[in-house]
Amino acid sequence: MTSASVTNTTPATPQRPPLRHSRSNGMRRSFMDAFVVGLATLATLLVIAPLVAILGYLLYKGASSLNLAFFTHIPAPVGEPGGGMANSIVGSGIVLLLASFMGVPVGIAAGVYLAEFGRGKALAAAVRFTADVLNGVPSIVMGISVYALVVLKQKHFSALAGGIALAIMMVPTITRTTEEMLLIVPNAVREAALGLGVPKWRTALSISLRTASPGIITGCMLAFARVAGETAPLLFTAFGNQFWNFHLNEPIAALPLQIFIYAISPYDEWHRLAWAGALVLILLIMVSVTLVRIFAGRGILKGNS
Amino acid sequence: MTSEPTPQTLIPAPQLQISPEKLTSARSESEPSAVRLFLNSRGSSGLADQGFAALMLLCACSIFAIVGFIFVILVLRSRLSLAQFGSHFFTHTGWDPVSGDFGAFPFIYGTLVSSLLALLIAVPLALGVAIFITELCPRRLKAPISFLTELLAAIPSVVYGLWAVFVLVPIMRDQLGPFLVKYLGWTHLFEGANFGVGLLTASIILAIMILPIISSLTRDIMQAVPNSQREAVLALGATRWEMIRIGVLRNSRIGIVGAVMLGLGRALGETMAVTMVIGNHPEVPHSLFAPGYTLASVIANEFSEATGDLYLSALIEIGLALFLVTIVVNAIARLMVWAVTRGAPARIS
Repeated sequence: MTSASVTNTTPATPQRPPLRHSRSNGMRRSFMDAFVVGLATLATLLVIAPLVAILGYLLYKGASSLNLAFFTHIPAPVGEPGGGMANSIVGSGIVLLLASFMGVPVGIAAGVYLAEFGRGKALAAAVRFTADVLNGVPSIVMGISVYALVVLKQKHFSALAGGIALAIMMVPTITRTTEEMLLIVPNAVREAALGLGVPKWRTALSISLRTASPGIITGCMLAFARVAGETAPLLFTAFGNQFWNFHLNEPIAALPLQIFIYAISPYDEWHRLAWAGALVLILLIMVSVTLVRIFAGRGILKGNS
Repeated sequence: MTSEPTPQTLIPAPQLQISPEKLTSARSESEPSAVRLFLNSRGSSGLADQGFAALMLLCACSIFAIVGFIFVILVLRSRLSLAQFGSHFFTHTGWDPVSGDFGAFPFIYGTLVSSLLALLIAVPLALGVAIFITELCPRRLKAPISFLTELLAAIPSVVYGLWAVFVLVPIMRDQLGPFLVKYLGWTHLFEGANFGVGLLTASIILAIMILPIISSLTRDIMQAVPNSQREAVLALGATRWEMIRIGVLRNSRIGIVGAVMLGLGRALGETMAVTMVIGNHPEVPHSLFAPGYTLASVIANEFSEATGDLYLSALIEIGLALFLVTIVVNAIARLMVWAVTRGAPARIS
């Protein structure tokens, strides 16, 4: 203490808090520490609670109303019990397939451009940025744009229009994951291929893309899972249908649409079907997301999606 | 030059036997080298390369085309309403399709209030989760908790809506609503009849929906803070919280603001769940219990039954407004997130 008071001449003393306060200060600090740690833990519990609540309730309501008829029958008219969503499940499949056929190649190609051809170019940065911004555009806006372009031209709703709307939503996600995955591929692999005289396009396709394929498949599946649950873009494009339809040029039923229609209806029977539909939808999405995680974890490159 | 081909070589090795003299002579004289000759014999890859690059470029540019096309088509289709109402459209209150009187102010108000309220609920929680996952959580719990919050993001909007209609609305009506009136009634925010559906319910479901986006982005951003920062603060004798506050939060604040804005962008455009619980009433609500309407939900509800060109074009103009607002919010947010994570894309998007 004495040496400290000797070295600390008058100008330094006011800046340093007196030593006797440090114990209460330390208590305050450790209390604050414990308090914040407690808050963060509480927040995590609070966030997990609704998830558990939603999933639990969904399982309970969905499982109790799920039966074979749900998968084999088309919706029953109002007042009649029974009926299912077979046409919606098939319809969702058709629309999603259409969307994937259009969205996946374009998305992957754009990702290949970003990672293989556009490194460091201003144009690539602009594409990247636009893709990220497009990702945030509300799905309902996609819905009305495709309505304005396709449906107004055709003069009727169609599965094709629904597919286009979903494809547009898939492109930016796939582009960004493809790029991210291709960037992980070591340059030495590319150089080895180019050094053997393999043309650049062949290098991009059979070397880079192939090496990164687990990650890219993950990205595609995630984009697929994301649009599988979309309702808003289908409201004015695929429109929904109470009957079977396999024509791409006609309105088609989709699972999320049917859930929405049934959820806001006043009939208990329809509410039951909505819960069953929600359970099926969420199981489909979660199974694909979980599979993807396992798949990506085992891949050549660990996709970190 | 090895003569035995390794299993994965794409070019048959024997053809590649080039003597050193040939290589040097090719350089001095103008005649093409053996390698060039060999490559030429396999067809012109230059053309294929250029074609491939052009195709990839075309696909990349299609993203610009999509954004441009959405903008142009929305402007074209909302011409009628743009010409008729001009800038008054967004400040005018009154939505009467029968008499052709359209003003979007109630929707803008509803969208802003519900989104901001959702942020108010979600941001502290999301920050807490991100801090917990990156700084406090035992290593074993890290992956499961991240996975659970990501699952929360994978649940479709319509399922959230379904849950909200049948679970959250009764809770709001019977438990949470009366509780809020009793303890926070003095704020005059919770007045009027409480039907369970309304602004507050919509905000709560929105908060649940944007939570995983904000928390996983914040987590990524906090993980991008170098460990040396944490170690430096800890070495000065800081507690864990001080380390988080000084070493982590201060370094990542720009990115966190960006993440919050991305959440805001999502909340502004969220359609289905909000449509199902906000009450859908085109008036400016004066209480958080009162039913409201948002830009997205008015489109979802009324678009397919819009009769008359003016009605349709007014709805498309609302879509245009939503498009522009979310583009601006997202652009600012992305720039902020990029500033911190150096261009790594968002995990959940």
